[in-house]
Amino acid sequence: MALSRRAFLAAAALPATLAAPRLAHAQAGAGRVVIIGGGFGGASAARFARDNFPALDITLIERSRTFTTCPYGNLVLAGKRDMNSITFGYEKLAARGVRVVHQSVVAVDAAAKQVRLADGAQVPYDRLIMSPGIDLRWGAIEGYDEAASERMPHGWVPSLQPISLLRRQLEAMPDGGRFVMVIPDNPFRCPPGPYERISMVADYLKRAKPRSKLIALDAKNGFSKQPLFQDAWAELYPGIIEWRGASNDGRVTRVNAAALEVETEFGEKLKGDVVNVIPPQMAAKIARDAGLANQSGWCPIKPATLESAQVEGIHVLGDATIAAPMPKSGFVASSHAKHAVACIAASLAGRAPPSATFFNTCYSHVGADYGISIVGVFRPGPTGFAEVEGSGGVSPRNAALTAERRQEHRRLEALYADGWYDSITDEMFG
Amino acid sequence: MRIRLALCLLLFSGGPAFAQATDVPLLIGGCQGCHGVTGQGGHGIPSIKGTHSRDEFVALMRAFSANEKPATVMGRISRGYTPEQIALLAAHYARPQ
Repeated sequence: MALSRRAFLAAAALPATLAAPRLAHAQAGAGRVVIIGGGFGGASAARFARDNFPALDITLIERSRTFTTCPYGNLVLAGKRDMNSITFGYEKLAARGVRVVHQSVVAVDAAAKQVRLADGAQVPYDRLIMSPGIDLRWGAIEGYDEAASERMPHGWVPSLQPISLLRRQLEAMPDGGRFVMVIPDNPFRCPPGPYERISMVADYLKRAKPRSKLIALDAKNGFSKQPLFQDAWAELYPGIIEWRGASNDGRVTRVNAAALEVETEFGEKLKGDVVNVIPPQMAAKIARDAGLANQSGWCPIKPATLESAQVEGIHVLGDATIAAPMPKSGFVASSHAKHAVACIAASLAGRAPPSATFFNTCYSHVGADYGISIVGVFRPGPTGFAEVEGSGGVSPRNAALTAERRQEHRRLEALYADGWYDSITDEMFG
Repeated sequence: MRIRLALCLLLFSGGPAFAQATDVPLLIGGCQGCHGVTGQGGHGIPSIKGTHSRDEFVALMRAFSANEKPATVMGRISRGYTPEQIALLAAHYARPQ
């Protein structure tokens, strides 16, 4: 897209809040960095840049005024947290000197290095970071569109509405009712998330509606921390949870939202009193429109710098990227963010990019005082990324621990999960 | 002593992997996610800010990685760092000497 002279003049006449101070360019390594998306990747990038690289001029563009985290949404479902405790504003990032712009991005012009906003403003940049998150693939499961999600909520994007809707439905469900969950094939946001959700919903059912059942229909045959989750389900929620993988006709291909009914690959129809559909996903529209995604719907990146493999001058972070074996997690997005910012600072100062190490720690709550985790340390590999040999992995299974040590391990990981959540959200929004 | 020597070698050898000031802010990213921005800890997660000498910090990480000290996640995490990276973390978090 070519930038018209009029648009250029309009950009030149932008209010001071959008135009980067010219003085910044006089400093060594200075430059205008624009960040699109204020989630785990974008907010972490803004904070890290502000703390470590004062010469960078930082603009964060995020359409919403608040951010409701996907992590801990499952605890809201279980009634263990309220919505306010997982919702954050951008005021403190702004107070730290990040220019926060609450606007939708209409287009990214990589050639002109400009971002166009819904209000018509053009935001120029020297380097662009996109942490756009995901879109749900409406229609990938026949009948599951945005309207259907009003009846069958997904609760899989950072917004209050779908999680609170699902919570209300769960509260209204009769004792003896059936909660049906539909889980997608890989890759998708938060690999252990659906199974933490199974656990937290079962925790609620056991306490509040003990005659109820949860049936999880999964489009794949294995999942993150599977033995740990299944050990815990057998121990904590006997008779409540039924999980069916793809080879056991777990793949849902069609839904009838009006009838609250789902249909599997081989034609079995199942009705639920509450139906939670987590549909297949892809990189968010703004990333696809900017040409960052390939035919898979996700964004290929250069492992050493996290720059787009398709569009020069744009770094892509988080769930939207193709970064396996790194999971699509908030911790990884934050780790991506720091590396991308450091690469940008190095590049603007004429230095080589720093060496990359990426980190992930994902806790899941599976019951009261019962947490489990997966850990990973990653570096760029010959092709893509590679986990550092000998590191990482999941919590030990029950059989590997003495009874006493086991209880302590689960209790501590549940406690540390809360600590992780407080630390990472404080880093982003505190 | 060995660590200080290793650090000196690291910082002044001009090796490409550890020649930049940004390495430490990046490395501590793996710690900050749980231990907090300054390493202050919370919710039962121990503080790592100024709580150990450099030698103690390195010894602790070695014990974690060798499964010699009971841990939840630290064994799995500590094995992801090179000795040079652990020396940099120790220099960053250790109490002033």
